[in-house]
Amino acid sequence: MAQKDASVFAAGGSDLELVGISKVFPGFTAVDNISLKIPAGSFFALLGPSGCGKTTTLRLISGLEEPTAGKILIGGKDITNTKPHQRTVNTVFQSYALFPHMTILENVAFGLKQRKMKNAIELAHEALALVELDHMASRKPSQLSGGQQQRVALARAVVNRPALLLLDEPLGALDLKLRRQMQIELKAIQSEVGLTFLHVTHDQEEAMTMADTVAVMNKGKIEQMGAPAELYELPKTRFVATFLGQSNLFDGKVTGATASTISVAVGSRTLELPAKRSAITSGDITVGVRPEKIAITRAKPAASKSRSLIGPGTVTDASFSGVSTQYLVDVPGLSTMTVFEQNDGDIVKAGTEVWLSWDSEFSFGIPLEAQGFHDSDTSTTTLAAQAK
Amino acid sequence: MKFGKLLLPLYGVLALIYLMVPIAYTIMFSFNDSKRTNIIWNGFTFNNWLNVCDAQGVCQAFANSIIIATVSTIVATVLGTAIAIALVRYKFKGRAATTLLLFMPMATPEVVLGAGLAAQFLNAGMPKGMLTVILAHIMFCISFVVVTVRARVAGLDPKLEEAGRDLYANPSQVWWKVTFPLLLPGIVAGALLAFALSFDDFIITNFNRGPVDTLPSFIYTAASRGIPAEANVLASAVFLLAIAGVVTAQVGGAIRRKKLGITP
Repeated sequence: MAQKDASVFAAGGSDLELVGISKVFPGFTAVDNISLKIPAGSFFALLGPSGCGKTTTLRLISGLEEPTAGKILIGGKDITNTKPHQRTVNTVFQSYALFPHMTILENVAFGLKQRKMKNAIELAHEALALVELDHMASRKPSQLSGGQQQRVALARAVVNRPALLLLDEPLGALDLKLRRQMQIELKAIQSEVGLTFLHVTHDQEEAMTMADTVAVMNKGKIEQMGAPAELYELPKTRFVATFLGQSNLFDGKVTGATASTISVAVGSRTLELPAKRSAITSGDITVGVRPEKIAITRAKPAASKSRSLIGPGTVTDASFSGVSTQYLVDVPGLSTMTVFEQNDGDIVKAGTEVWLSWDSEFSFGIPLEAQGFHDSDTSTTTLAAQAK
Repeated sequence: MKFGKLLLPLYGVLALIYLMVPIAYTIMFSFNDSKRTNIIWNGFTFNNWLNVCDAQGVCQAFANSIIIATVSTIVATVLGTAIAIALVRYKFKGRAATTLLLFMPMATPEVVLGAGLAAQFLNAGMPKGMLTVILAHIMFCISFVVVTVRARVAGLDPKLEEAGRDLYANPSQVWWKVTFPLLLPGIVAGALLAFALSFDDFIITNFNRGPVDTLPSFIYTAASRGIPAEANVLASAVFLLAIAGVVTAQVGGAIRRKKLGITP
């Protein structure tokens, strides 16, 4: 086999750079001109619904698919035209893809043996110890539970010290409790080995808790990229506002703009928001606010310049979930609003008339778009079927 | 009440006897001290087993059968495995037609197949012999190998091969270290089936064998004037070998499972 450049296997990851990468299948474009740079040693998440092209992006990086256009660079070196076995990249597959005819140890040592490493067995044992499964080394994959198989798949990839570790929804098949536990373990292992992780997921909570940087993908494009808190607090598109957490959105028109504030007419009401928190400053606009930012009161709050006020509305549903209560409030002329309230006071019953208010600093402005992504969203299977 | 309880075991025993009588007869008469024909019991002897090649032509026929079955099996297994992988993994024009064509040799009556092949060999000017028999056997064995291996390929997760490629294995290493070991049970099953079918095929063989005798054709010819006890010896030996093979595989599997701690 082609000998790999030994230096790129040194501890620590390498930068990954995608330059205008596209993948066109007959009938649809899975990945549409994506450019991004992932710095060495970071934990990067690609987040999006099924069929958004995130797994295809991963397969392009691992070499299992060839891009239609664009370049892939790892550590500054162009690897676009190399085969998967020549790339210093390893993947943790969604289905784990452990070799059923080999023991756990043989599975983990596979990559090392391919590279003719002398201490393959020793390193494999170390990697298994890292995921606390060394005592299972002589078993076959079928004798392990799902969570254990997941950890073996991780060990099999990490042991090679790849420049870049790709994780394709690796926690998707686990139950919720195990998933949360593995999220913490994965994050710990990442900081311990210091590799560059690229994690693909459709679980927004998973992406936000684990990654340093999240890129939200939709229809083959990256909608927005940034730190999790930044994406949540200041979404730039309707898709990000609704896919990453929930948002109350009001479509309206900009009626006035100063250097610091934008006024928006929403029906007969006027909402104000900070100019720096709006993606656009004129014409059609959608104003949004996160549900937990809203205060729900029975009495009409005193008018204040810095607070947005909506009401009166009627509570149509109050669902108690321990820490908080989720209210659905029907406001005449507006869509149903969602409000999260901490359970530190009394709980408002359904049917009660209430007022909703929030600090205008929490509002954000995004371009007005056709309603929702759900109608245009297609599942991976549908897209794949179309491609055939 | 008591009679009802006995009915099922009785039926089971009778069915077993019914199945076993011809085999037991064959084995028993391989020890018959036969004179001219091996039909009447003349007393027990080991002579047939010790001098199995004494009867004229019987060992030559047996050797021919082994050679034909071995060559046909190897060729049919290699070709059949390749076809099975192509049919499952690749989309190409005529895939459906190929699948249909592969079933044809299994569905066509052997007499028609044998006669048709004989005519083709005559047209092509090929003298009948070992080669024509092997070609005929490869043809019908391929179908059975494809059907057996295809099921195994369909059950093989392509992600496993991708994992191999991802873990620095080049295409040929992926085949030998991942794909082949995982397909092996299917390939072995297909090969065993091909060997068995080729070894005891009579109809197609008889149309295309020319002067070459195989064990089935030898026994068929001999039947008209009395089958020598040596033929019984060979038949019994093949049967016992097959049983030994099955038992070894079963016991081996059980030991392996026990070692791995799997309870069946």
